[in-house]
Amino acid sequence: MGKTIAEKIFDAHLRDEPFAGTYVLDLDRVLCHEITTPVAIADLEWRGKDRVFDNTKIKAVIDHVTPAKDSKTAMQAKILRDWAHRHELHDFFDVGRNGVCHALFPEKGYIRPGFTVIMGDSHTCTHGAFGAFAAGVGTTDLEVGILKGVCAFRKPRTIRVNLNGTLAAGVYAKDAILHVIGQIGVNGATDRILEFRGPIVEAMSMEARMTLSNMAIEAGGTSGLCLPDMTTVDYLWPFIQDDFPSRESALEEYRKWCSDDDAHYEQVLDFDLSGLEPQVTYGYKPDCVKPVEEMAGSRIDQVYIGTCTNGRIEDLRVAAAVLKGRKIADHVRGIVSPATPKIFSEALNEGIIQVFMDAGFCVTNPTCGACLGMSNGVLAEGEVCASTSNRNFSGRMGKGGMVHLMSPATAAASAVAGVIADARSL
Amino acid sequence: MKKEFGGPAIFLDRSDINTDEIIPAKYLTEVTKDALKPYLLEDLTLEGFDPKGESLQQARVVVTRENFGCGSSREHAPWVFEVNGIHTIIAESYARIFRQNMFNGGMLAIELPKADIDRLFALQRSGSVEISVDLEQQNVLARSSARQESIPFEISPFDKALVTAGGWVEFADARY
Repeated sequence: MGKTIAEKIFDAHLRDEPFAGTYVLDLDRVLCHEITTPVAIADLEWRGKDRVFDNTKIKAVIDHVTPAKDSKTAMQAKILRDWAHRHELHDFFDVGRNGVCHALFPEKGYIRPGFTVIMGDSHTCTHGAFGAFAAGVGTTDLEVGILKGVCAFRKPRTIRVNLNGTLAAGVYAKDAILHVIGQIGVNGATDRILEFRGPIVEAMSMEARMTLSNMAIEAGGTSGLCLPDMTTVDYLWPFIQDDFPSRESALEEYRKWCSDDDAHYEQVLDFDLSGLEPQVTYGYKPDCVKPVEEMAGSRIDQVYIGTCTNGRIEDLRVAAAVLKGRKIADHVRGIVSPATPKIFSEALNEGIIQVFMDAGFCVTNPTCGACLGMSNGVLAEGEVCASTSNRNFSGRMGKGGMVHLMSPATAAASAVAGVIADARSL
Repeated sequence: MKKEFGGPAIFLDRSDINTDEIIPAKYLTEVTKDALKPYLLEDLTLEGFDPKGESLQQARVVVTRENFGCGSSREHAPWVFEVNGIHTIIAESYARIFRQNMFNGGMLAIELPKADIDRLFALQRSGSVEISVDLEQQNVLARSSARQESIPFEISPFDKALVTAGGWVEFADARY
């Protein structure tokens, strides 16, 4: 019987099977940020094991609160910075060069098809867009990853999600994944791997695939994989052109990871998304999803465009197209955070930053910022934010605040209207 | 080092209790586990539940429903239980990362079928419940003043080995 992409990656990375059903995998990437790594560093020091398994495979960035907002976050950054320098990590990104981890690391070409990737961050599943097995882990898994270059997982069980049809104009990857999560629930893929397939995924850019894979965890998924294809090769080409004589040869190599036609799936889910409308969340769980028209007119106080879900250049282009020549409503605070310095530069060069500023948006540096209420853009009690982020838990963006998740187009339209609004009818 | 399991239980009657409710992100700027102690379940809104109440302070076991610990990967969630003396959680199911974080820290995330969880909740209606855990025999014994329930549980050999070793760092360091 054939294998899924996840099974192939597991087979190729298997270091040990200490018990039946437990797979200890060799890691290609251990990614670190300043919130979950310092405790691992402190524990390694305390154990007298302040070492790293490979300073070329471990990458680190300060992204959640940056520049530091107070003494505590300054210390977290310092612990990570000192550690990165002490072990001579080849790739460490500090203020000015830093960006949201799940946008920055792919942009640097660090993620390749067939890789195993962990990070102390639940949205690590984003990197599955490249055909990598990428999973969010806690600090202890991260600590062992740093020290030994391994991580343990249960047998991979895959749910194949076929996205069929074509997305209508004004409907995006964010709408597709919100719809899927709305259908399968926040517990629908727990302990499972999602494999995104079908013509809609094949037609998606890498940016759109990252949006899709990013939210696999919101259905409980361990990872959310897309199969590598020419779109993957084209995105990675600047980083791999010395490794392959041609793009076709790179594709041939990467295709070896693709799931076999006779692979076994625990479940196959088919979604015909041709008639899909833009989607918006209404409650405190990412599976509380409705078409935008049912939410239209609902008052908002803040709009947040950015994050590891939707802070990439394509997202900013879509939002700017809606905002061009328009002003945001008087009572709305608009915040846009390009996810990396490169994206910020591109947006500047394309005139997108000017569009945001003319509309009345505040443009922040690349950071996780408001998404988890840790730094700039926290809500006051009773306030409501239309957000392109991935999580709408109660209190997520500030105690007593409410978050509605949506696409950059819907968020931009809502900023203009001052209420949740459909960008197609603005 | 192996931890103590069992003691007075607190019952959280809701599914999908997430990591932001267990420990809000604003406290993730702490770099020691002990500093998290006052904030356990601070953002959990649940009828009859008071994060500053005595029943949480006395609890050594949490009994809850489905998909406990969903959301963030923050190990601060298990840690905030640990520093409050809660080393055992009994639920119908867990989010993967939270469950792994519990075992990685040498704590117990026991999974029971819905019918068994319902039995524990029913027991609680006749007064406070004291739970003891026999890891070797894989059995939970829950007692109220009126009666008791003895419930066997499944645990993977790997998770059991982590609890016995005291956590994943100890296990991995000895082996790899």
